[in-house]
Amino acid sequence: MKRLGRQTWQFENRPRIIGRAAVVGPDEGKGPLSSDFDYIYDNLEIGEKTWEKAERKLLEQASQLALINANITKEELHFFVGGDLMNQIISSSFSARKLGVPYLGVFGACSTSMETLALASMIVDSGAGDYVLAGTVSHNCTVEKQFRYPTEYGSQKPPYAQYTVTGSGCSVVSRTGDGPVVTKATIGRIMDLGIKDPFNMGSAMAPAAADTLISHFRDTGLEPGYYDLIVTGDLASVGLPITKELLQKEGLPMEQTVFNDCGLMIYDREKQPYVVAGGSGCGCSATVTYGHILNRMQKGELKRVLVVATGALLSPLSYQQGETIPCIAHAVAIEKEG
Amino acid sequence: MPAQSASGSEKKSSSLSMDEKEYKKVAKKHEPPRPILKNCLKAFLVGGTVCLIGQAIQEAFMAGFDMTSKEASNPTVAVLILISVILTCLGVYDKMAQWAGAGTAVPVTGFANSMCSAALEHRAEGLVLGVGANMFKLAGSVIVFGVVAAFIVGIVYAFLGFGGGHL
Amino acid sequence: MQFLWAFIVGGLICVVGQLLMDGVKLTPAHTMSTLVVAGAVADALGLYDPLVKFAGAGASVPITSFGNSLVHGALTELEKEGWIGVITGIFDLTAAGISSAIIFSFLAALVVRPKG
Repeated sequence: MKRLGRQTWQFENRPRIIGRAAVVGPDEGKGPLSSDFDYIYDNLEIGEKTWEKAERKLLEQASQLALINANITKEELHFFVGGDLMNQIISSSFSARKLGVPYLGVFGACSTSMETLALASMIVDSGAGDYVLAGTVSHNCTVEKQFRYPTEYGSQKPPYAQYTVTGSGCSVVSRTGDGPVVTKATIGRIMDLGIKDPFNMGSAMAPAAADTLISHFRDTGLEPGYYDLIVTGDLASVGLPITKELLQKEGLPMEQTVFNDCGLMIYDREKQPYVVAGGSGCGCSATVTYGHILNRMQKGELKRVLVVATGALLSPLSYQQGETIPCIAHAVAIEKEG
Repeated sequence: MPAQSASGSEKKSSSLSMDEKEYKKVAKKHEPPRPILKNCLKAFLVGGTVCLIGQAIQEAFMAGFDMTSKEASNPTVAVLILISVILTCLGVYDKMAQWAGAGTAVPVTGFANSMCSAALEHRAEGLVLGVGANMFKLAGSVIVFGVVAAFIVGIVYAFLGFGGGHL
Repeated sequence: MQFLWAFIVGGLICVVGQLLMDGVKLTPAHTMSTLVVAGAVADALGLYDPLVKFAGAGASVPITSFGNSLVHGALTELEKEGWIGVITGIFDLTAAGISSAIIFSFLAALVVRPKG
């Protein structure tokens, strides 16, 4: 592999996504992308006693389905790179226990989907592993409980609040086999422009998305028109327009392509007004990418896609102590061969 | 590293040329405004209705059990708390509150909901460390500040020699 | 007649809370704490009791009346027992509310699970 510019990896040995799966909860199953998901649960408990156990089950199931889709067993898997929003990323660690595969746990908040995919691709591209699983998960109730309020608490959400996706997305990366190729990854840097409100994630994360996009196109020398579709992870209805404005100010011609956001794609904000500004969470970009976007690629509707997953790296404590919200965005380019 | 730069070399390392002050203006521009007037109207209607229900319950106790209004206020509060706990358990309180805002949060029903929701949520961590330790997660500040305020008032009264009679 | 005033006064106190949450952008916890202290101060100035007489549940149901009851308890004991009464009397009138909230919430947690 090669480094382009300051922060972009180019994968010369063409690691490809040979298997993938997206498993979601009831609200995502009611959204416009429902037919692209591999399994939809009709309740949030998923047959478990606690929300945390339910989140774990989502990731376990998605990883199993991804392995089946890739036609390999967990014994053939070399590494699992995973992460989630829970304290000490317990959902990923406890799922890794079940897989029994050498495990690298990462924390990127909602940018975890692309962080894990980038790392998995790097491991495969360098020859350090033949089959690597990348996965992440989020659950609406575990996130509300940990970061905000108990789920039955009656607080009124502001019009820019987002709704955490209940879902898990996993992919198996390998050099052998068929599947869309991961060609490049731009690793983001922390951006913090002073936003403090933890309900206003879109505003906090927009600069990170803009910074990574600018870096990606600067490092690769490409133009936005190279990609058929560029999506951000979960900027939603407030963050996406801000990012568009920032990029316009910096002179990046995003109008050359379709620029959308997974948080806006996964729900129908008119039929599902409780999502307010749109979706968020690790599962948001993961399920939309591994479900919907790769399906469209398989059908031939998309050839080259850039997914920019965005994450807000705050903790419940940092907010209480009056800190601002540092954010990050990782971009991964996925291209269909031929 | 943050986008705002002190030296030229730091500026080169950041792709965005905007600084914190400028960005906050952009963010504010895109922030959808809260529908304050609509929310106040909804809060007024629901809050008024909750108090109306409270009044009805109080009068029922006064008539049925031959209590004075002072004596009836305790059982009235208890009944309202019970109603709030039941609605929280049914999973409807939070949906009502999204619409009503302060209308459900400000009456004592909001206090009960904050305790009940915390208790339900933390049952997963057991009765002692979960329910017991977390029940006052949200309501604790109300009690602490109320007690401290009452203490200060009492001390001031004692100092000024009012001796307990109100102004 | 008191029903009408209960509705209006109760509604107005909630509007104050809504303005604190939307206008001043306080969190619910900050808002409720502010209202409780406001109720305590109002009672200290002798303003809350007349409001309760006038508006009934419109003044006794909002969280402000919690502050009112705490001050009442403190001052009543101050009169009876002197200085120590400020501490011993605080929870006298609010015990019913706090106790019932604890008991009902605990019982609920034994049998009910959150719905999400």
